[in-house]
Amino acid sequence: MSRLTIAKTYKMYIGGKFVRTESGRSIVVENTKGEIAAHTCHGSRKDFRSAVESASNAFTSWSGITGYLRGQILYRMAEMLEGRREEFAAAIQVTQKITPAKAKKEVDASVDCLVRFAGWTDKYQQVLGCSNAVAGDYYNFTVPQPQGVVAVIAPPAPSLLGLVALLGAPLCAGNTIVAVGSDLNPIPTAILGEICQTSDIPAGVINLITGKQSELFEHIASHRQVAGIYSAALSKKNRILIETGSADSVKRVRFNSFSDEDWYDGDKVASPWNIEPFVELKTIWHPSAC
Amino acid sequence: MRKPIDTVMVEQRATSFTRRSIKTESKQQGLRLALSMIDLTTLEGKDSPEKVRSLCHKAITPWECEIEPPLPSVAAVCVYPSLVQVAKRALEGSGVSVASVATGFPSGQYPLSVRLNDVVEAVKSGADEIDMVINRGAFLSGCMEEVADEIAQVRVACGNSHLKIILETGELETLENVRIASDLAIRAAASTGPINDGEVFIKTSTGKVSPAATMPVTLVMLEAIRDYYEETGVRIGMKPAGGIKTAKQALHYLVMVKETLGDDWLNSNLFRFGASSLTNDVLRQISKQQTGSYAATYDFSEA
Repeated sequence: MSRLTIAKTYKMYIGGKFVRTESGRSIVVENTKGEIAAHTCHGSRKDFRSAVESASNAFTSWSGITGYLRGQILYRMAEMLEGRREEFAAAIQVTQKITPAKAKKEVDASVDCLVRFAGWTDKYQQVLGCSNAVAGDYYNFTVPQPQGVVAVIAPPAPSLLGLVALLGAPLCAGNTIVAVGSDLNPIPTAILGEICQTSDIPAGVINLITGKQSELFEHIASHRQVAGIYSAALSKKNRILIETGSADSVKRVRFNSFSDEDWYDGDKVASPWNIEPFVELKTIWHPSAC
Repeated sequence: MRKPIDTVMVEQRATSFTRRSIKTESKQQGLRLALSMIDLTTLEGKDSPEKVRSLCHKAITPWECEIEPPLPSVAAVCVYPSLVQVAKRALEGSGVSVASVATGFPSGQYPLSVRLNDVVEAVKSGADEIDMVINRGAFLSGCMEEVADEIAQVRVACGNSHLKIILETGELETLENVRIASDLAIRAAASTGPINDGEVFIKTSTGKVSPAATMPVTLVMLEAIRDYYEETGVRIGMKPAGGIKTAKQALHYLVMVKETLGDDWLNSNLFRFGASSLTNDVLRQISKQQTGSYAATYDFSEA
């Protein structure tokens, strides 16, 4: 007798748990042949809000641990991703007509990107901060500090690499993340939650939502608890919508435009200048050591 | 003869109250009602006069904003006896009551004379309401007479101040015990003289023991109040305390009160929430409906 295959129910990852959307809605994901490949959650603004709550609660501990420890945790995430290369490569190919080699290359670049950010966790302070010259017997330092909850709006493609590269930058500095995954292919976003859960990332530090991004722009921008927004590949109309909505709460909004090749250029996507928009620079006086 | 408590059915019934849909206008009304029922509470060893004064300011004006119609004040500020005078002065003329815990809160493990004196001192300092704890040790050992007698003596010591009787349901083990304790408390309070509406409350918890207020526990207590009302026509108040942190939970409780006791109980004279962090979540939801954007937690002053 032939075996009935068990298809995975894709859920969102909020507050360290795999949850269905509170709205009860789902999206049918079709593969490149137009067949039904999967159903994913169609997340709502309420899901976004509850994700922000989780991220906000997780911020104190995530920003409080040492950069060294954060680096180890991000590296662990890279290890987990490496161990599931095949699964992610297959997930990437569900909705996009790309070769298996290209899909693997995207997974590899995502792993490398995480490793780069793992490295930056205890080094970005030295690059972005400074010791300021003063005319007296004391010190004046400028030190970067994470802001809080950063919302990430992933590009349609590359569906995995785009998400990882955008969330890595604010994450490594100690911000907590609410990411809305690719509209084009939500499956890598859905399974990235499993990587987070098995890699010592504390609950609430990374929250992953799938759904229709355009529905959420307004709510992401106007939510006052969100300190920053990081996105790429948005239309001008949507950029204006987000910037206008963010003005009231003075959010940091960063739109990058990476070309297809740029995404694979670690120096570009994992540059400390992509971390810089999501830190506050605090300048402090310090008495001389002697 | 009362039927024994059916734990499974109580839990199912309590869950059913969380499935009502309350939106827009009625949600706004519900949120304002919940706000007006809060006993803003601080019961910590580190409480200082300044902390209490700041809490009193928040009690009178929960949120500094221009909003029509203006937001109500909360019902009361709940503090330890040594801070009653500070709260009394800060709340003068505001309509917000001062509640004080007493009787050796939270354990109640002190000689009766000390506990009664605690009440007398709190009343003397100006407490409008006294939140007493019952003697759980005696209750669980089956010394019902002793528990009842102590409650009666505390009510006498309260004089004109209102009395809230904390059962500490988290320590009572079963819902049946919660019901027995509720009936016992109500009858003991009634034994010392007639009860006007709102003069006597039963209250779930001190907030120092987990679990604190839960919906099934509150439902059992509401049913005790309902049965007593049907028997005597006397309205006893209800105060769930501890663990109610979100506006959504507060609305669930209001639904439960309405569907168990009716509209008569939907005011701060007969129903209270013992809480502190609830206030800001209620304000956050009110502001969402007013401004359209979702507020940050730091947009509101600390409770």
